[in-house]
Amino acid sequence: MQNEIKAGNPFRRIRRLLWAIAAAGLIWAGWNALRPAGNSPAAPQAYADTFGGEFALTAPDGSRITDKMLAGKPFAIFFGFTRCPEVCPTTLARMATLRRQLGSDGMKFNIIFVSVDPESDKPADIGKYVSLFRTPIYGLTGTPADLARIQKGYGVYVRKVPLGNGDYTVDHTAAIYLMDARGKFVTTIDYHENDKVALEKLRRLIV
Amino acid sequence: MVFPIRLGALVLLPLLSSNSAAQSVIAGPLTLGAPWARQTAPTQKSGGGYLTIRNGGSSSDRLMAATSPVSKRVELHTMAVEKGVMRMRPVPGGIPVPAGKLVELKPGGLHLMFVDLKRPLQIGETFPVTLRFERQGRVTVKVRVRAVGAAMPMEASHAE
Repeated sequence: MQNEIKAGNPFRRIRRLLWAIAAAGLIWAGWNALRPAGNSPAAPQAYADTFGGEFALTAPDGSRITDKMLAGKPFAIFFGFTRCPEVCPTTLARMATLRRQLGSDGMKFNIIFVSVDPESDKPADIGKYVSLFRTPIYGLTGTPADLARIQKGYGVYVRKVPLGNGDYTVDHTAAIYLMDARGKFVTTIDYHENDKVALEKLRRLIV
Repeated sequence: MVFPIRLGALVLLPLLSSNSAAQSVIAGPLTLGAPWARQTAPTQKSGGGYLTIRNGGSSSDRLMAATSPVSKRVELHTMAVEKGVMRMRPVPGGIPVPAGKLVELKPGGLHLMFVDLKRPLQIGETFPVTLRFERQGRVTVKVRVRAVGAAMPMEASHAE
């Protein structure tokens, strides 16, 4: 009898050991799943993209331009509307000036203007508008759904405001978003920021 | 003979002064200076216009409205970038021009908005704008069209 009991002990030990290993495995798996992923350098998704993402918009000639077609070159993207008397023309003119100041590096980034007023701005209108600035600028817009997608991705504030006389204006984010060659957000150029700071940001963007 | 010379001097004097003052118009106590508008694309339905209004008198006045043959309407607007958002609004009740003060309609703030342009505004051309003041009444200025990137608000910060 004793021998039998003794003979049973190694099996029990092995079973306990197996249970212990299984429990440890579960704990390890659970901890792995629950701990903040950001602690691990092997987790590239740790820092979620802040602004940006996929988009598909319409160019002045009616063709579609997507974020993937722009990949490989950094870009400066700005949202507005052609009836905007101030911020839009001054911002685009400023981008054109800054590009000239960068000399031969000036073409190392794309400039994109997105009209968020598709009701008033047709693709061809936007083409004529951006041609005023005498430097290549992508002048884009899209369907309300296209625009809703890019506005959400870029965190752009857009609000159509009726002016009471049947007309309306569009309140919109005035910052220029600087995106790297993979379409990842780098920084913004603020409307109130001086050109020296803006130029430095562009230099860092295109290195 | 004295009269034509004087007349000539009156005509020439504004031309001899600085470029920005070349288009100045004096109407009673008001001096309307440097009126200009921004170039527009053929498809743009509206454009911005700017000028300075100095009230050298002892009574306050108010810019009530404006008209121009280039557009169906001219509106008095203000704009600002606050918390990163551009907002433009009509100015209700006109733009006050207090006695002894200079009011500037300039990029980044108060401006004339030419709404429903009948034709694009082209660099170098001039066109008339008639301003209506509460006291002074109607005054017409000649507005010169400048390049789309003219007088960016940032120019002010360059001087700092």
